[in-house]
Amino acid sequence: MAAYIIRRVVWTVPVVLLVIFMTFTLMKQIEGNPFRKTERAVPAAVQANLERKFNLNKPWYVQYAQYVKGVATGDLGPSLVLRDRTVNDIVEEQFPRSIELGLLAFGWAVLLGVPAGVLAAMRPNSRFDYGSMLFSNVGFALPNFLVATLLIYFVSVKWGMLPTSGWTTWQHKILPSFTLGLVPMAYFARLVRGTMLETLQQDYVRTAKAKGLRRRRVLTVHVLRNSLIPVVTAAAPLLGYIITGSFIVENIFAVPGIGRYYVTAVSARDYSVVMGLTVLLSIIVIAANLVVDILYGILDPRTREART
Amino acid sequence: MGRLLEVEDLRTHFFTRAGVVRAVDGVDFSVEKGKTLGIVGESGCGKSVTALSIMRLLPTPPARIVSGSIRFDGRELTTLSERELEDVRGREVAMVFQDPMTALNPTLTIGTQIIEVLRRHLGLDDRTARRRAAELLDEVGIPRARERLDDYPHQFSGGMRQRVVIAIAIACEPRLLIADEPTTALDVTVQAQVLDLLDDLRREHEMAMILITHNMGVVAESADDVAVMYAGQIVEQAPAHELFRRPEHPYTEALLAALPDLDDNGARSRRLAAIPGRPPDLIDPPQACRFAARCPYAGCGDSCALEPPALRELRPDHRVRTAHPASEREAVTA
Repeated sequence: MAAYIIRRVVWTVPVVLLVIFMTFTLMKQIEGNPFRKTERAVPAAVQANLERKFNLNKPWYVQYAQYVKGVATGDLGPSLVLRDRTVNDIVEEQFPRSIELGLLAFGWAVLLGVPAGVLAAMRPNSRFDYGSMLFSNVGFALPNFLVATLLIYFVSVKWGMLPTSGWTTWQHKILPSFTLGLVPMAYFARLVRGTMLETLQQDYVRTAKAKGLRRRRVLTVHVLRNSLIPVVTAAAPLLGYIITGSFIVENIFAVPGIGRYYVTAVSARDYSVVMGLTVLLSIIVIAANLVVDILYGILDPRTREART
Repeated sequence: MGRLLEVEDLRTHFFTRAGVVRAVDGVDFSVEKGKTLGIVGESGCGKSVTALSIMRLLPTPPARIVSGSIRFDGRELTTLSERELEDVRGREVAMVFQDPMTALNPTLTIGTQIIEVLRRHLGLDDRTARRRAAELLDEVGIPRARERLDDYPHQFSGGMRQRVVIAIAIACEPRLLIADEPTTALDVTVQAQVLDLLDDLRREHEMAMILITHNMGVVAESADDVAVMYAGQIVEQAPAHELFRRPEHPYTEALLAALPDLDDNGARSRRLAAIPGRPPDLIDPPQACRFAARCPYAGCGDSCALEPPALRELRPDHRVRTAHPASEREAVTA
C-alpha cells in the first residue's frame, strides 16, 4: 500500500505538468493582452517595457519553462493586472475561504444526502422514499443562483433568521454552503439509494440474515459498507466540482473566495493568476482522487493486491 | 428418533404484477432427527422456495406464506416475530447456499464472517471465537486454518469457499442444516468432496439435513428419505432405497430414466432421455393433475385430467400423487 501511494504521488508530477502545459497553450490562444485595454491606450513603448518585464516577449517555451521553474519553487508569479499583488498573495488570502466553503458544502451533502438515501432504500416506495427522491430531483434541477436567491429572500429577508451575505460568523456560512451542497446532496441521496437497494439483493446479505445476525448489524456491516464503495468513487470528482464550481455562490453571497478572482482573471488575461489557480485546483482534484483510491482499497479488499 | 421438522400444507405464493405465482402449493413433509431428507425436482419446482420458507428468508413482499405450518421441534416458525427468528436462524436451523462465489461478503475477512455468528449466538469473546473459528475451518478441511482466517473470500477457490460457508453454517451446532443445491455451482471433481463433508459433519454433529438438489445421483449418495417435487407440490415421497428400487410416479421414473447409463466399456449406451414438454405455469396451474400434460399414462376421460390426485400412501412410508402409480399400472395392463 505504501509503495502504491508513493507511486501515485510521484505520478501527480507529470499530470500537473500536463495541466500547466494545456492551460498555458489555451491561454495563449485567446486574443488579447493584459496591458491592451480598449478604454485607455497604452503607449507602445510602455507596453513593450511591460511585456519585457513579464517575459511576454520571449518565445512560448521559454515562458513555459520559467513558469514551471517558478511553480516548482512555490512561486506562482506576480499578477499581471493587480499591481503589488502576487498570485501567492491571492491564493493565501482567498483560497482558504473557498476550501472552507467547499468542505462545508460537502459536509451538508454527506450529512443529509447519505442518510436520506439509506432511509429511502430501507423503505422503498414509502412516503419518505418518494419525498426524498422528489427533493433530490428538485435539488438537481434548480440552478444555484435561483436557490441562493430564494434562500436569501425567505430565510434572510422575510424571516430574518440568517445574514444575507458575507463570510465572517458561522451564521454567514450556512446559506452559501447549503446552496453549494445541494447538488452533491441530491446526487448522494440518489446514488446511495440505488447502490443500497442493489446491495440488499446480494446473496451475502441473505447469508448474513441466515446467520441470525441482528438487523442492525446486517444493515451496517454487510449492506452499508458495500453500498458506500460506489459513493466514495463518486466523491472525488464531486469535491473537485464543488470547489471549482463555487463562483456563482461566492458572488451572490459575497464570499471573498477564489471564484471571483478566477473569472475576472480570465477576462483580464491575467495569465499568471489563471495559471496559478488552475494548477492549484488540479492538484486538489488529483489529491481528492488519491484519497478516494486509498479509501477504496480500505473498503474493498479485492482491489488491494492489484496495486501492491 | 422423533420428528425434528414437520411441514404441513405449506403454501408460499408470490404476489406479482403478472398474477399470483403459486411457487409452493401444499407441501407436506417431515425430517427425522439426525436424518437426511433429499428434495429433488427441476428448476422452478419450488424446492428453494420451500427451503427459504422454513428459514423465513423470502422477501416479503412479493412472497408470502399464505397457509400451512412449519413446526421445528414442536415450535411453530410461521408465526415468530423477526427478532425471534433471528435467534432461530444460524443457531437452530442453518443454511448452505448454492453459489459460494456470492454467498460470502467480499469486503470482510472470512474470520470476521465466522466470528460474528459465534459471537451472536454463543456470546463468545473475541479470542475464544477466533480460536473456535480456526477449529471450524480445520474441521471443514481448509489447510492452514489459523492463517487463512485473515484472508478474504476472493482468495479462496469455489470449493474452498463452499467449505467456509459450511463452517459458518455449522458454527453454532444447529440441529437442522438446509443445503440448497450446495454442489451445483462447483466443479464436478469438488462436488463429491463437499457432499462427503456434509455427510460426515451431519453424522458427527448429529444434525438433521435437508439436501435440495436437481441431481438424482446426489440424492442417491446421501439421502435417507427423498421427496420429489413437481410444480410446487410433492409428487412422491419414500425412503431413498425404496424410491430408487421401486419408483411409482411417472415423473420420478422419467427423472431416473434421464440419468445417463454407461456400458462396461464406459461408452454411453443410448441417447440421454429427456422428459417431453415443460412444467406448467404456476400463475395459473392446471386444476387437475399438474403432471398430466407430460404424463405418458394420462389418457382421455381419465380422472387425472379432471380432478387433482391426492398424495396417498401406497406402501408404508411411500406416498405418491398420481392416478397411475407404476404398481397399479402393471395390474391394469396385465
